[in-house]
Amino acid sequence: MATVSLREALKQAMTEEMERDPTVFLMGEEVAQYNGAYKVSKGMLEKFGPMRVVDSPISEAGFCGLGVGAAMTGLRPIIEMMTWNFAVQAFDQIINHAAKMLYMSGGQFKVPMVIRGPHGAAHMLGAQHSQCFDHMLANVPGLKIVSTVIPSDAKGLLKSAIRDDNPVLFLESELLYGNEGEIPDGEYTIPLGVGDIKREGKDVTVVAWNKMTYLALDVAEQLAAEGIECEIIDPRTLMPLDENMIFDSVRKTKRLVILEEGWGVSTFGQHICDRVVTECFDDLDAPPARVTNHFVPMPYNEALEHEVLPTKERAVDAIKKVLYKD
Amino acid sequence: MASVMEMPKLSDTMKEGAIARWLKKEGEKVQVGLPIVEIETDKATMEYEAPSGGVLLKILIGDNQNCGLGDPIAVIGKEGENWQEALDKHKDKKGSSPAAKGAAPKGASPKAATTASAQPSKSSDSQAQKSAPETSDSQTNDRLKASPLAKKVAADKGINLGSIQGSGPNGRIVIRDLENVSASSSSSSRSVSGVDTEKIPLSMMRKTIARRLTESVTQAPHFYLTVSANLGPALKWRKNVMEVVGEENKFSVNDLMIYFVAQALRKHPVVNSSWQEDHILQHNRIHMGVAVALPTGLITPVVRNADSLSVIQIAKKSRDLIKLARDGKLQPDDYSGGTFTISNLGMQGVEEFTAIINPPQAAILAVGATIPTPVVGPRGDVIVENKIKLTLSCDHRVIDGASGAEFLKTLKSIIEEPLNLMLI
Repeated sequence: MATVSLREALKQAMTEEMERDPTVFLMGEEVAQYNGAYKVSKGMLEKFGPMRVVDSPISEAGFCGLGVGAAMTGLRPIIEMMTWNFAVQAFDQIINHAAKMLYMSGGQFKVPMVIRGPHGAAHMLGAQHSQCFDHMLANVPGLKIVSTVIPSDAKGLLKSAIRDDNPVLFLESELLYGNEGEIPDGEYTIPLGVGDIKREGKDVTVVAWNKMTYLALDVAEQLAAEGIECEIIDPRTLMPLDENMIFDSVRKTKRLVILEEGWGVSTFGQHICDRVVTECFDDLDAPPARVTNHFVPMPYNEALEHEVLPTKERAVDAIKKVLYKD
Repeated sequence: MASVMEMPKLSDTMKEGAIARWLKKEGEKVQVGLPIVEIETDKATMEYEAPSGGVLLKILIGDNQNCGLGDPIAVIGKEGENWQEALDKHKDKKGSSPAAKGAAPKGASPKAATTASAQPSKSSDSQAQKSAPETSDSQTNDRLKASPLAKKVAADKGINLGSIQGSGPNGRIVIRDLENVSASSSSSSRSVSGVDTEKIPLSMMRKTIARRLTESVTQAPHFYLTVSANLGPALKWRKNVMEVVGEENKFSVNDLMIYFVAQALRKHPVVNSSWQEDHILQHNRIHMGVAVALPTGLITPVVRNADSLSVIQIAKKSRDLIKLARDGKLQPDDYSGGTFTISNLGMQGVEEFTAIINPPQAAILAVGATIPTPVVGPRGDVIVENKIKLTLSCDHRVIDGASGAEFLKTLKSIIEEPLNLMLI
């Protein structure tokens, strides 16, 4: 097992897949000569050349659309968005083209592309650069969505995403590219649609993904000292969701808390709640609780940003509330 | 102008009344002197005559409703007359608003006033509401709140959620509230169902018993003396006599006890007395109260001048009184004026008990069951005697231990050797 950073894990995944399959290529802003805006693709231009590691113009709609076309005609593009906040420019390509092409062409055109990039708040990036897109894009049939910041998960899942014949949205986090973790040696993939139990516990099921996974682990440590054992489920893939893992956990703990970055309304966490309440109704001792951002555009101010995002205090409160331990 | 009929005061101790049943319907003709309604007093249910003639225009207090003394219960007048007008005029005359009507007799004790005034708000609301027990759902007005998990576990384990206090928000029952309950009920295959409690409304009799006996036990310093008497000889005699006297002259063991006690009281008038605060009233007549159990409570009709009656006469009198009591037809004269009371639970298998004195009497005798008991005979052998236990409760303000003991000694000697009656 080697210890690598998230960015390194992602690079390894892309490199291995590009070595394995000549139709895979990487395109995005600053991915080639600049070695990547966040240095994820460092050294890849040198290794693979300009035909396979391609700097794009500053036009998300353009190069995303290019990716859709390339995918439809036999290539397997990895389109890097400098941040998913910029990808809003490419939503028409993602939602109306990538997602629907297979269906609307009667199966004639598949779109085996990966669109990846950092997502959610980082550090004082302001309102327009701290948005979350898992919630909105989950609502589009035809898209797969992966959201992870754990190096070992990221590598295995990105490899699977690249090999998947469907458009896969891969949501990372610029804050955590430097985050280190152990990865297995050798070739491995993690299938899409399979979650991971990051911590076992009997008292409450905590579902958290992306940055929130670390918050959950932190909170679980603190609460363990108080005798509360949290079971942390990281779904890793949001669409399709590993529902059964969550249901099994809730049936064991009888309680659900979701930590999700995002603005509370119309969120993926609400979808999870709906599924759990429907399938595990008789096993719930309390209504599910969600911890989300406060419903304001993300402030630039550091202290305010910290407060808007889900905090440890709010997470602890939510967990204690479902345990009736106010 | 129509006239308003009020709830009458039918006995000295009556503080409120209940309509047991109207004998006439609205619109029916009623005549002065003929019964129009049955009223339940604190002691018995009595027929009551119409105070005026005409048509029963309006019933204000319906069947099974109660109200204070003097409250309007009906309006009687000529056909077509306006009853509401008559009622309003009547109330104006009385000078009090319907809701505040106290109607307690003047000089009544504070306790009486609260009893009476608690009623009017119910009485002037002439909705025909039976004072029925509250709804069987023990969470009455609120829905039962329980988490889905708690509901499932309760259903599986046969736990009645209505009996659990919920500790969640808004009283929600959550799984931890069932933790202690499941342990006890999980092993039984019978599930707990139905309500845990039911409110039973108080009848007049129950209220009266509660009041009078609480007064008795808290004001009269009670002490208790027990003797055990050999009833064998008396029983033997009775058996022989019964074969001879005939069915209509039969008498019970209790009748025999009444006779014996009445005679014993002749010799011990101190036990046949009453505490009167500044003097003791000694009764020269012996009026024996006999406790009769009724489905709704207890009453003690009185056999007057019991010491002047034969045991057969006592039997006839007590049979009559018991029947009247059971039919709810005892008149006040039938149950007042007792000077001593006998209570017999022998038929129910009670061996010995202590009774509470019936005020204003000074004593009460509790008679137990006749139990064949092994005793050591005169020759040192073990013989079986029919023993009966008698417990005398005495009011120490009137009777001292020695006096009570003397009385019991006399009583025992009469029971064991009835010929000793000749000494009294």
